[in-house]
Amino acid sequence: MTATTPGTRPGTESDAGNGTPQTLRRRTRPLDAPGIPARALKGVVLLVFCAAVILPFVGIVSTSLADRAQVSGAGGFVLFPTSPSLDAYRTIFAGGVVTRAMAVSVGVTLVGTAVSLVVSTLLAYALSQQGSFGQKPMLMLVLLSLLFTPGLIPSYLVVKELGLLDSYWALILPTALSAFNVIVLRAFFMGIPPELIDAARIDGAGHLTIFARIVLPLSKAVLAVIGLFYAVGYWNSFFAALLYLNDTAKWPLQLVLRTYVINNAEISAADLGSAVDALPPQPSIQMAILVVTIVPILVVYPFLQRHFAKGVLTGAVKG
Amino acid sequence: MNRTGLAARGTGPRTGGPPRPGTTWRARLARDKVLLLMAAPGMILLLLFQYVPLAGNVIAFQGYLPFLPFGQSPWVGFDNFAVIINGDPAFLNALRNTLVLTLVQVVLVFPAPIALALLMNSMLSERLKRAVQSVLYLPHFLSWVIVVAVFQQVLGGAGLINNLLREHGGETLSIIGNSDLFVALLTSQVIWKDTGWATILFLAALSQIDASLYEAARVDGASRWRQLWHVTLPGIRGIVILLLILRLGDSLTVGFEQIILQQDGVGLAASEVLDTYVYNNGIVGGQWGVAAAVGLVKGVVGVLLVLGANKIAHLFGENGVYKS
Repeated sequence: MTATTPGTRPGTESDAGNGTPQTLRRRTRPLDAPGIPARALKGVVLLVFCAAVILPFVGIVSTSLADRAQVSGAGGFVLFPTSPSLDAYRTIFAGGVVTRAMAVSVGVTLVGTAVSLVVSTLLAYALSQQGSFGQKPMLMLVLLSLLFTPGLIPSYLVVKELGLLDSYWALILPTALSAFNVIVLRAFFMGIPPELIDAARIDGAGHLTIFARIVLPLSKAVLAVIGLFYAVGYWNSFFAALLYLNDTAKWPLQLVLRTYVINNAEISAADLGSAVDALPPQPSIQMAILVVTIVPILVVYPFLQRHFAKGVLTGAVKG
Repeated sequence: MNRTGLAARGTGPRTGGPPRPGTTWRARLARDKVLLLMAAPGMILLLLFQYVPLAGNVIAFQGYLPFLPFGQSPWVGFDNFAVIINGDPAFLNALRNTLVLTLVQVVLVFPAPIALALLMNSMLSERLKRAVQSVLYLPHFLSWVIVVAVFQQVLGGAGLINNLLREHGGETLSIIGNSDLFVALLTSQVIWKDTGWATILFLAALSQIDASLYEAARVDGASRWRQLWHVTLPGIRGIVILLLILRLGDSLTVGFEQIILQQDGVGLAASEVLDTYVYNNGIVGGQWGVAAAVGLVKGVVGVLLVLGANKIAHLFGENGVYKS
């Protein structure tokens, strides 16, 4: 069991107030305390679940840090590096295919997230003004789009007809607007006290001023969460790039990962833009590529985790 | 802020509430033009990438020729649907694989988060519960490329488990690229990636159950298992049915990216599903019309399944996705 500091018993209200919504924080203890064997069994089951998630990452990071002798000794995969080195990371950041893909992924994620946020918040604000011209039919179109998936072939042909093939915009525009996120944002905007908005209106503010000076500043938290959701989507997007980018020089990180790790294509010094021919062992390079793809997710994850349950629930109820 | 004398004057934009009688649509259009401009970029994206492709399904009835302008291809009626109607073997194989995966996922993958949520909910230490949640939610945010790569590193021929087996002189296991185990592999990947995440909704539903019901049950002498059966499970029945309906609507959609990434190793016989059939025959193979026809049928069946399942839910007195 976990070590607890004196004075705080596990399961009391001591860990309240760290951002979890009220309904989730309230502790209902429905069942009578179970016996020791039942608790042990539960602990083991959950431990196995958690280990199944954590252990692979330990191996991946270790292999990326291991040196040649250890990798060849272990036959490819290392659990604990004996003499860690950063050579694999130095090699992939030497300016070759991985460096370029990293730049593409970062660029698409930043631009895409910005576009998505601007477009979604504007639309959500317009849809939050009940009784305005065209509000009802537009809302209906947004809601109905959740029910229908457009189909792969027609979607591809639309992107092609728009001349977006082999353009980074093909990775951004088709997925720029998530109807689900618009509905979450709209629900949040509608929860802003109308008195605030009325007061601004009386002072002569138009919709753009109200939106920029009142609604957006009050919505920082929800904007951060929705923004992160969009960013994770762009960072992870793989299939759009496979579909729309024939030019391999434009590939983002996820496609490089597929080519050199999943399909196990040999990665050469020339690919990596490395001056020396003596590369670190292939498994180390592969695992280093995997690590740089995962790390950004791990960095934003704590921020996502703090808020997502609430966001998901809002969406589930309204959608 | 100056809040005196603001009762009567309203000079800003006026929206909200039903339009007053006598307000013409022209006047409302002029009044709300800023809002319409704000909505425009989003609505244009929605129309372009959701509704135009929906209409673009007409190519299922055309002999689509990529070099002609959109809409100029000759009409061929239902010719493209021949692969479906005649039961083309490749199509039937894709359909069979899809249905097998759907069945396995509804039976094995769907209940997993319910069981996990019940387990997590009955944990006594709140802090430990949070830690477990943080770990188990994480894989949901990883891309399929990462998940597949991770599985290969652990289960593959040169992977973690086989290395351990080799070191200790055991037989190595061929899991990755083994067509007999493909369904099991896909299922374990889905469970690994999304079971933790899917517990969120069930945990929320569990926390909404009225605690006094448990006390009443205890007073009546109900054991913990009987409380689970008579209080907890009925308490989450609504959300379980809702999610089951949504899952049924998606039942012809089974892990597209996940399968595309692993198709090379196991071959089409074991791994082709309807979505990959559409991709392989349409975009890779150039049979645009046929692929679009299969995609269209799949989409229509999906919508019908949601509506039908919802109807059944209503018959059983549940709310379903929407109220009737």
